[in-house]
Amino acid sequence: MALVEVRNVHKSFQRDSQVIEVFENLTLDIAAGSFTALMGPSGSGKSTFLNLLAGLDRPTSGTITVAGAAVNTMSPSALAKWRARHIGFVFQSYNLLPVLTAAQNVELPLLLAPLSKKERAERVRIALGVVGLEDRMVHYPRQLSGGQEQRVAIARAIVSDPTLTLLDEPTGQLDKKSAQEVLTLLQRLNDEFHKTIIVVTHDAHAAEKAKQVLHLDKGVLAA
Amino acid sequence: MKLLPLVFANLRRHRLRTLLTTLGVALAMFLFASLRSVVTTLNAGAEVASAERMGVQNKMAIVFPLPMSYRERLAAVPGVVAVSWANWFGGQYGDGKVFFAQFAVDPESYLAMYPEVVVPPDQKEAFLHERTAALVGQGLMEVFGWKLGQDVTIRGTIFPGDWTFTIRAVYTPSVRAIDDRSFIFRYDYLDERTQHRVTPGWYALKLQDAALAPQVAHTIDAMFENSSAPTKTMTEKAFNQSFVTMWGNVQFLMNSIGMAVVFAILMVTANAMMMTARERTGEVAVLKTIGFTDRTLFGLVMAEAGLVTLTGAVLGLGGAKLLYAGTGFNGFGFLPGFDVTAGTVAVGLGITLLLAVASGAVPALRAYRLSIVQALRHVE
Amino acid sequence: MKIPLVYNLRSIAHRPVSTAMTALGLALVVAVFVAMLALAGGFRATLARTGSPDNVVVLRRGATSEMESGVPRESARLIAADPRIASGADARPLVSPEVFVVINIPRAVGEGVNNVVARGVNDEAFAVRNIHLVAGRKFASGRSEIILGKKIVPRFAHTAIGDTLRFANRDWIVVGHFAAAGSALESEIWGENEQFMPVFRGEVFQSVIFRLRDPAAFDEVKRALEGDQRLQVQAQRESAFYAGQSTVLTRILTFLAIMITSVMAVGAVFGAVNTMYAAVSSRTPEIAVLLTLGFAPRSVLASFLSESVAIALLGGVAGGLLALPINGIVTSTTNWNSFSEVAFAFRVTPGLLVGGVIFAVVMGLVGGFFPAWRAARLQVVQALR
Repeated sequence: MALVEVRNVHKSFQRDSQVIEVFENLTLDIAAGSFTALMGPSGSGKSTFLNLLAGLDRPTSGTITVAGAAVNTMSPSALAKWRARHIGFVFQSYNLLPVLTAAQNVELPLLLAPLSKKERAERVRIALGVVGLEDRMVHYPRQLSGGQEQRVAIARAIVSDPTLTLLDEPTGQLDKKSAQEVLTLLQRLNDEFHKTIIVVTHDAHAAEKAKQVLHLDKGVLAA
Repeated sequence: MKLLPLVFANLRRHRLRTLLTTLGVALAMFLFASLRSVVTTLNAGAEVASAERMGVQNKMAIVFPLPMSYRERLAAVPGVVAVSWANWFGGQYGDGKVFFAQFAVDPESYLAMYPEVVVPPDQKEAFLHERTAALVGQGLMEVFGWKLGQDVTIRGTIFPGDWTFTIRAVYTPSVRAIDDRSFIFRYDYLDERTQHRVTPGWYALKLQDAALAPQVAHTIDAMFENSSAPTKTMTEKAFNQSFVTMWGNVQFLMNSIGMAVVFAILMVTANAMMMTARERTGEVAVLKTIGFTDRTLFGLVMAEAGLVTLTGAVLGLGGAKLLYAGTGFNGFGFLPGFDVTAGTVAVGLGITLLLAVASGAVPALRAYRLSIVQALRHVE
Repeated sequence: MKIPLVYNLRSIAHRPVSTAMTALGLALVVAVFVAMLALAGGFRATLARTGSPDNVVVLRRGATSEMESGVPRESARLIAADPRIASGADARPLVSPEVFVVINIPRAVGEGVNNVVARGVNDEAFAVRNIHLVAGRKFASGRSEIILGKKIVPRFAHTAIGDTLRFANRDWIVVGHFAAAGSALESEIWGENEQFMPVFRGEVFQSVIFRLRDPAAFDEVKRALEGDQRLQVQAQRESAFYAGQSTVLTRILTFLAIMITSVMAVGAVFGAVNTMYAAVSSRTPEIAVLLTLGFAPRSVLASFLSESVAIALLGGVAGGLLALPINGIVTSTTNWNSFSEVAFAFRVTPGLLVGGVIFAVVMGLVGGFFPAWRAARLQVVQALR
């Protein structure tokens, strides 16, 4: 059984009086330990796909199973708890909380787990170590560069050791060098820590690092 | 509790806004405490009243006197153990700008009836033995800078002429609600100087048992019903209350203003909370993505509203309590024993709680209901 | 170069809830301000209206109120003979020797009694005091009859025409209700002085009121009466006499109004500051654009100040409207000079309303200043980053 099983997913939006079909019949498996890049032009439904996997959005019909859990049928509060345990999410614009330090930002998901303060501090240190920002613990987001901010965001996504890490255009706002660093980091996470990673991108260079590349165009998948 | 640092971090985001909102709540609660204390202080006079004491006044109005002959007949009423009498003396001292109460009392029976009026034993002796002696409240002594043994002259308005008394005794009330600015002198001196033309303005009675009050009142009023001076007998509490109502509907006035104050501050805090929440829409979505439940986010906003209002309330209510206690404020003599009671503080905290709920509810619900996908679309 | 006001009005409309809340906060302050001053003003107006500058009140020398006063019958006769007293229609002098007492009568609602003035007058008093009957007739001479001021009627029990009020061991039949141009006299009970005198305080009047033939002759009359050693009296213009009775309470109320509303105002200004800072910070890029386009920082300052003032104006007008319905509501307090209840109405005057709006504008200016200052001093480079 694959880690992620998407079966016959149909998703449509109502925008004004118009119905927009995103996916009409999407079926897909993603294996544990894989590193998948999902490519496609804007409006192809890449982000919607990630949202569906993370349980942020619901399919109009069809089923989505992640690690044996039926994501499309869970209640909102059950989904929230499930996400805290199983999903790490990284946004294009980092979305760190400006009022919290790097360490406090990374600590956020751990606040939802039954951990002591000491245990939390230890895990934060490790996560920031993995992304190479041990020395930026007490810095606030505005004191960091874009690449650093995104690495903090990745640390936040992996700190609770989630089953699945989802990244939405993680290099979209970064310069070449920073983007390279982030991609290398993702590769390492997959190689060394065997994290299952799905990254949405329209940057071909970014996709090269992935072990498998999927193309999404107008809601239709092509390998 | 683990999430508390997150709440504090959010409060620090707009330090000035948090500070001003907190201070706004503090000012409102300070005003609330002040307004309500006016009412409680006015009522305190009625509440500390002894249940065993009654007053007898002329049924027509308190300004009409009662005959001296009633003294014996009142003393004979079953249940009455002591009788005292007094007269109001309208007088002015100096330029007449400072108002204070003056009474002529029967010294011995008066001091026996009112143990709350505390006088040192030697001064009490002096007051009991000198016809022109005066017993003056500590507060009044301070207002005019009078000294024990000093002669003071008061100009009578009801009883015309200059009246000179020697201050022989100073009292300090053992209960805050008793005025410490009264000027008390001897009834026999008033009687003598007016060629025995005065009669008591009212009688005070002490009962064997407070439970006898309705019966005693009925007996007395029936006894004098058809005389030239019918009486009205009431408990000290009722007497004091009738005095409070003479100001008009103070309670209603103070409560209305208090309501307006609370609503005004509700507008200020609710607006601040809503602005804060609106600016944070994206962050709420991020927290939800991380796995924070809707309920937790609702709680975070409520906690923020609660912290601001509660801090403000503690500052405002505590500040009022300390300020009035520290300065001995007494409403320029109109409100002796002005005090912010524990009850007022409790009601204030209750209102604060409502304030927190009312100002936090809308933004908290908004956070609760926020759809991640829609919110993130604005952010990305 | 001035930034058009429309720009600000649009931004106000763009955040209606925040604007409404800020304005409502200010409105409540203005409402309390107007209401409390309307209370003080109503009380003062009632007593001021009671006294006419054409009338003279004569009391015993040294008395501060009618209650403490006493004027013997003989003195009253001497005073009435003064040639400077105006004459009425039937050529009799317009002078009324009056008995003044305060009595307890039962309230209409709830238990308890209130102190009310009972005034014994003669027939001339109606002309001297400008009294007219709104119902029933005058009391007849020699009878146990009374008429009631119209403000007493709804507030006390047994006040309808034909009812009997019992006081001073006698039953008095209510035969009429009277109006006195909204003055404190409308809170009084009137009967014939010769009927009231024996049952209350014996052979003495409390005051003598008369109308001057020539109001300018007051000083002359005063000198004559006060100089007459047989009389031992003091004379005051009626207007000054009643105005004096209102000063203490009016002062207390005005003091309270100012104290309470200034504290409230500080809170409301804090609200305005919050709103305006939020407005400035959410429009940082816009401000930067304006500055880049060449608008002077001074224009930006003026622009944001006028935005704050516009919100305050809204609040000021709303506050006035909130306070308006209390105009005319009758309440009562005690006139401590006579220990009697006096009923009066809240008086919301146009002047007070304008004062309330000005107050609101001042709050808006104060609350808007620092945020506007911040906007004006914005560094364009930083703002656009």
